[in-house]
Amino acid sequence: MSLLTRNKSPKIAEHNAGRKLFGSRGATITVWIIAILWTIPTLGLFATSFRPKAEISETGWWNIFLHPHLTLSNYSAIFSTSSVSGIPNGILPYVINSFVITIPAVIFPITIATMAAYCLAWVKFRGSDLVFYGIFALQIVPIQVALVPLLNLFTGGVHVGSVTVIPALHIAGKFLGIWIPHTMFALPLAIYLLHNFIASLPRDLMEAAHVDGASHFTVFRRIVLPLSVPAIAAFTIFQFLWVWNDLLVALTFTGGTEGIDPLNNKLAGLAGTWGSHWELLTSSAFITILVPLVVFFSLQRYFVRGLLAGSVK
Amino acid sequence: MSTFWHDNLPKLGQMFGAIAIFLAVLAVIFFIAGRANGKMQRPVAIVVFLGPALLLLLFGLLGPAVRTFLLSFKGSASHHWVGFSNYKWLFTDPSMRIVLKNTVFWILFTPIVTTGLGLLLAVLLDRMRRESVAKSLIFMPMAISFVGASIVWQFVYKYANPNQPQVGLMSSLARHLGFGPTNWLLTQPLNTFLLMIVFIWSQAGFAMVILSAAIKAVPADVMEASALDGAHGWKLFRGITFPMVRSTFIVVLATMVVATLKLFDIVRASTGGNFGTSVLANEMYSETFVRFDAGRGAAMAIILFVLVFPALIFNIYNLRRERSIA
Repeated sequence: MSLLTRNKSPKIAEHNAGRKLFGSRGATITVWIIAILWTIPTLGLFATSFRPKAEISETGWWNIFLHPHLTLSNYSAIFSTSSVSGIPNGILPYVINSFVITIPAVIFPITIATMAAYCLAWVKFRGSDLVFYGIFALQIVPIQVALVPLLNLFTGGVHVGSVTVIPALHIAGKFLGIWIPHTMFALPLAIYLLHNFIASLPRDLMEAAHVDGASHFTVFRRIVLPLSVPAIAAFTIFQFLWVWNDLLVALTFTGGTEGIDPLNNKLAGLAGTWGSHWELLTSSAFITILVPLVVFFSLQRYFVRGLLAGSVK
Repeated sequence: MSTFWHDNLPKLGQMFGAIAIFLAVLAVIFFIAGRANGKMQRPVAIVVFLGPALLLLLFGLLGPAVRTFLLSFKGSASHHWVGFSNYKWLFTDPSMRIVLKNTVFWILFTPIVTTGLGLLLAVLLDRMRRESVAKSLIFMPMAISFVGASIVWQFVYKYANPNQPQVGLMSSLARHLGFGPTNWLLTQPLNTFLLMIVFIWSQAGFAMVILSAAIKAVPADVMEASALDGAHGWKLFRGITFPMVRSTFIVVLATMVVATLKLFDIVRASTGGNFGTSVLANEMYSETFVRFDAGRGAAMAIILFVLVFPALIFNIYNLRRERSIA
């Protein structure tokens, strides 16, 4: 054992030297150039959102470095609850809508998908592999294919001839009418990723629990859920970004209902109507961007670990 | 202020209420189903665990996909069958020809450039001593919505009349370099490529992170042995690194192809699909919800699915191979 460890450490050092010595400086410079290029557009938006309205259309945002002249007035304008350029209550209601849409649309699919993934991985039955491949295949169905029929289902129900199979649900234009499609569309990827992770949990643990008389429900709650936290966190990031940043599903299922429009949706509309109000557009856009960035950076360490479970070996 | 909370507090109530009801229902079902014993235990567990997901997938994806397929053979109001005429229109209409051409351009360029750039960055990152900040900066755009990205990029592409100050970065640079700025987003076919840059900017970081993890998983002794054999730079990359990460590269590439095909937001928020920039996914939305022709919209959705199909076959093939190894 000690021989093995002693053998190993110089190997790693040598490997790192081989990898990192040559071209290390060139690589660093190239990556940093790309990183800076990648950041400039976002920086432009960020800088503009703090500039006075008059200056935005007069000079480029990079002048902020030459003549720093910053103001928070753009932010106080969009967050004031009195009317802002055609929006009665500022953007705060839309920020709230975005959270109200996103949080359940993350919790629902993750819960349902974790249950399904556990079943497909550990409660095998005849055809369970086929079900798994089927769900995996659904990942690739463009959601565009599902939008119109799903909307029809919500507004009109399902009828075969004159027999009503499912009555009209009347949930289009309500929050429930957005949570449900987001949950449906998230399931294939969620089940696939969580299945990869859950299937790799140690078999002995599950068997020992069953020998002790634990039911599948106890095993799920006491063992599977706590151990799957990295995969659940990784998918939380994915789903949060997806729902918060989504335009298509929101456009389709809010049907322009003012009271439930999410921020991103509103922003897309404002890009047209606020075409001349750059000070409002940039500060709103920055708020839209800020929330997913915070979520992303706070859960980042789980991202790769949970995503790649079982795929890169 | 009080009217504001009067309007918005109930929404938060709805959210917490819905989450509470959802969890309570689950707890009750788990409690009741947990009582089942003996022979009933397994079937009950399967129904409870898998049932909700299968029902949602049936009504949310499978059923609608079949219905869309049927709708694509019906007229604008879905009353009568029209055979293949929607598809015929799709492939012969002059304005649709531009849309199809753009979609093909997008598929040919963006996935390979995005994934290639991601690979280049992953290889370079592997040779760096400290990588975290630069890596995070390049990855950051992935967290930005395509709508947000389109607004971010307006400050690059923005154009004003020549006698006015240029506040767009590209326009200003062009003027300093001496070739007068043009209205970039109106110039065909340049504008389509400018929109592709937004996509590449947004997604390259994702490709980089996945490929970077794959490169780190290449066994140390393989790299070391070939480095001792005198393999450096390009030779090491072509002979060792790339073959070892090839399967990950192709998976990322396939993911990018699918993302490109579904792409809708960048085009919608930047140009609205005007000036010859529209793509299939955007046109499908316009046809269905702006021009109210459900038949044509459905036909486009089906074409999208057909285009994605090879990626599906490839992924299933890959998955089966992976599972048989594991």
